[in-house]
Amino acid sequence: MSKDTVKHDKKKPSTMDLVNKNLAKRYRAEKRFRAYGIAAILFGLSCLVLLFTDIIGKGHTAFLQTYVYLEVEFDAETLEIDDVTDANQVASADYSGVIRTALRTQFEDAKGRRDRRSLYALVSNGSGFTLRQKLEDDPQLLNQSFGVWLLADDDVDTYYKSRNDDGSGAFTGRLSEKQIGWVETLIANEHMEKRFNTTFFTSGDSREPEQAGILGAIMGSLFTLLVTIILSFPIGIAAAVYLEEYAPKNKFTDFIEVNINNLAAVPSIIFGLLGLSIFIGFFEMHRSLPLVGGLVLTLMTLPTIIISSRAAIKSVPPSIRDAALGLGASKMQVVLHHVLPLAMPGMLTGAIIGFAQALGETAPLLMIGMVAFIVDIPGGVSDPATALPVQIFLWSDSPERAFVERTSAAIMVLLAFLISMNTLAIWLRKRLERRW
Amino acid sequence: MNTSMLFLVGLLLIATAFIVGRNRSISVSSSAGGVRNLNSLPSYYGALTALWCGIPSLFVLALWVIFDDYFIRQSIIQMLPTEQQQLAANDLGLLLNTIGNIAASGTNGLSSEPYILQAAARMNELNSLSQQAITGIFIVLAVAFTFVAWLQIKPKLRARTQVESAFKGALLLCASIAIFTTAGIVLSVLFESLKFFQSVPITEFLFGLEWSPQMAIRADQVGGSGAFGSIPLFAGTMLISAIAMLIAVPAGLMAAIYLSEYAAPKVRMAVKPMLEVLAGIPTVVYGFFAALTVAPFVRDTGGIIGLDVSSESALAAGLVMGVMIIPFVSSLSDDVINAVPQSLRDGSFGLGATKSETIKQVVIPAALPGIVGGVLLAVSRAIGETMIVVMAAGLAANLTANPLESVTTVTVQIVTLLVGDQEFNSPKTLSAFALGLMLFLITLVLNYVALHVVKKYREQYE
Repeated sequence: MSKDTVKHDKKKPSTMDLVNKNLAKRYRAEKRFRAYGIAAILFGLSCLVLLFTDIIGKGHTAFLQTYVYLEVEFDAETLEIDDVTDANQVASADYSGVIRTALRTQFEDAKGRRDRRSLYALVSNGSGFTLRQKLEDDPQLLNQSFGVWLLADDDVDTYYKSRNDDGSGAFTGRLSEKQIGWVETLIANEHMEKRFNTTFFTSGDSREPEQAGILGAIMGSLFTLLVTIILSFPIGIAAAVYLEEYAPKNKFTDFIEVNINNLAAVPSIIFGLLGLSIFIGFFEMHRSLPLVGGLVLTLMTLPTIIISSRAAIKSVPPSIRDAALGLGASKMQVVLHHVLPLAMPGMLTGAIIGFAQALGETAPLLMIGMVAFIVDIPGGVSDPATALPVQIFLWSDSPERAFVERTSAAIMVLLAFLISMNTLAIWLRKRLERRW
Repeated sequence: MNTSMLFLVGLLLIATAFIVGRNRSISVSSSAGGVRNLNSLPSYYGALTALWCGIPSLFVLALWVIFDDYFIRQSIIQMLPTEQQQLAANDLGLLLNTIGNIAASGTNGLSSEPYILQAAARMNELNSLSQQAITGIFIVLAVAFTFVAWLQIKPKLRARTQVESAFKGALLLCASIAIFTTAGIVLSVLFESLKFFQSVPITEFLFGLEWSPQMAIRADQVGGSGAFGSIPLFAGTMLISAIAMLIAVPAGLMAAIYLSEYAAPKVRMAVKPMLEVLAGIPTVVYGFFAALTVAPFVRDTGGIIGLDVSSESALAAGLVMGVMIIPFVSSLSDDVINAVPQSLRDGSFGLGATKSETIKQVVIPAALPGIVGGVLLAVSRAIGETMIVVMAAGLAANLTANPLESVTTVTVQIVTLLVGDQEFNSPKTLSAFALGLMLFLITLVLNYVALHVVKKYREQYE
């Protein structure tokens, strides 16, 4: 009998043998599968790292700005000022003439119109305002000579930033041989230096990269976000309270829920179309207003806020409600005195994440005309404005190389805002949320 | 008083009404034997009075603000010379804008026509009249209704019930905004699309193979015949979305599987939020990355191996979009995989299956409906994604399946057609709304199906 079995076994292997035979292969498959998982995660993380290093690598230089040192003379004749107390004269004086003279005296080899024009192009064409400010602050400076640091043109800026210490590796761009020679002279005389770029944080948009800043866009974004917060947070909470605490189970409630869930997944550009045809087309609001942008973003973020607020309300245990009702509280008192305060941390967390989304949103704002070139810094919700993400979009289209670094820097600022908002949300959740 | 001042005054009046109502309830209760004989707490009487004070007056204020412009414009039109009244709607609008500008900030050399100056003066007059009128009406209404409420306050008045039903009504109104929004979207795109289909047949739009939305301004213009066939746009959208899904689905799914089945809790805690950072990055940042880093890289790499790659290739846009969607797919699949009951896994382990076999043959099949739902949601996201393609994909409508060529998408066309100055009623502008309608319908169907599938799946294991 046992002989038979052995014989039989030799012909047909046992289950155990079959298993053992395949075991190595199966373990290899197991390892492979695991490796795929790790690879997928590493891929995602490396994309994240790549994105951040790319943006930071491109943008960190924008936080410094090249300045040129010039000996200028506030010659009353060149300035065409005969009475320095006359504010009108001081305001309309020819400051660029002063700068031109200063450049000519420093670089006497610039002869002929073309040469001179390229010489003048070394300094930003907005430098006149710096000088005007100086004279307005101190009228005593008239007819005096003094040294002043002026904004360099963006091409010079790019050249100086990309240049290694020994003068190699510089990106010349649109600079001519002669201009490079002048710049090198300035560098050799230590008449050129990099300083922290305050312009970038204190001024509005400009066609000249060296004068362009993000303050206008930041203010526009803040006003837009303000409208969004004021409208969407209370409305979102109210809707969530209704759906969780009051709504009867019927077709109408189901319909509301289906609508909310669908709206949460509708592409943002569709909300832009809605804003364009309802707010601008039908209600005849003006384009480019943070008010309209805020309304559109409110409609867009509402579903997110409602969904997260509902989850927060759901997590409040029914025993709290029962206890309050048992003590004679009315439905409204239960909601206002117990459910809302207990659900508030969760609702805040969800809402902040929704606002962060709204802050980074671009497409609907394009539709309602917040892409205009606006130099002035908006002072309210009804001043034309752009928003930070839209400013990034606008700059990324600009051909000047100096705008690439400014775009990246603007992205860094935007990401800093988003990261701090999300951190706040996480912190709130950690600190205030109660586990029941 | 201007509107915002009036609004502040309104808030002040409402606060006063609250105090008045509360005090009144206390004083009427004293004759009935103290506060305990009131039907509701004194603050409910206050709230009721405040509601009476605020709702009618603010309602009228809102109506006034919306409609006073219209009436003022109408009466200005009435006083214009007859020939100006006969102007086309556009020119009349322009003229009225000029008048409005002059009325707001002086002539500034805009015009010196006497009738315009006259109209501007009249407009200022009407505006200030309107302001005075609404100020009066608003305050009278607020005070009058406060008085009405004051008269009603008696110990028997069931203030709480009334306030609570008003509260409930307000909540219901807020909840219904979702319906209004959907209706607004449908109506706005539908209305404009219908106008579009009057000038371009719907069959051409749906089945045409040519997209070049240039319309002749004059009849004799060269190349003036626009073509509005949307097939190339949808083909381009599908191509880019397909590339994105090829990246996002395997990567997202594998990441989710690894995190939920293999990873130690600590690793999971660390990696999951990091992956989710990818989802929090604004799309305009991805667009910048795609246009300035990925697209040149793809083009140069293609050049090295001898391929002719467009600098606005579908591949670059699709790759970056795929990276953007990874966390979306992974967090949805993560939820779904975690919902598969442990007993199924234990059964499989008990039969001797390895972990990967269990996942491949038990967990994934069990979670499949949920995963499919998640993928559908991701597809809807890819189709509707705008900024990445606006910045990294092309503008020319090529009907091609070659990912190395430049294609355009529905969202890119909507943006290019509607950004900047445009006439509101040309087929070129309206076609953007027709594209929007199609986009909305497609994503609506995808979302509905996906949400339905996910919901059904959840119920299965609950």
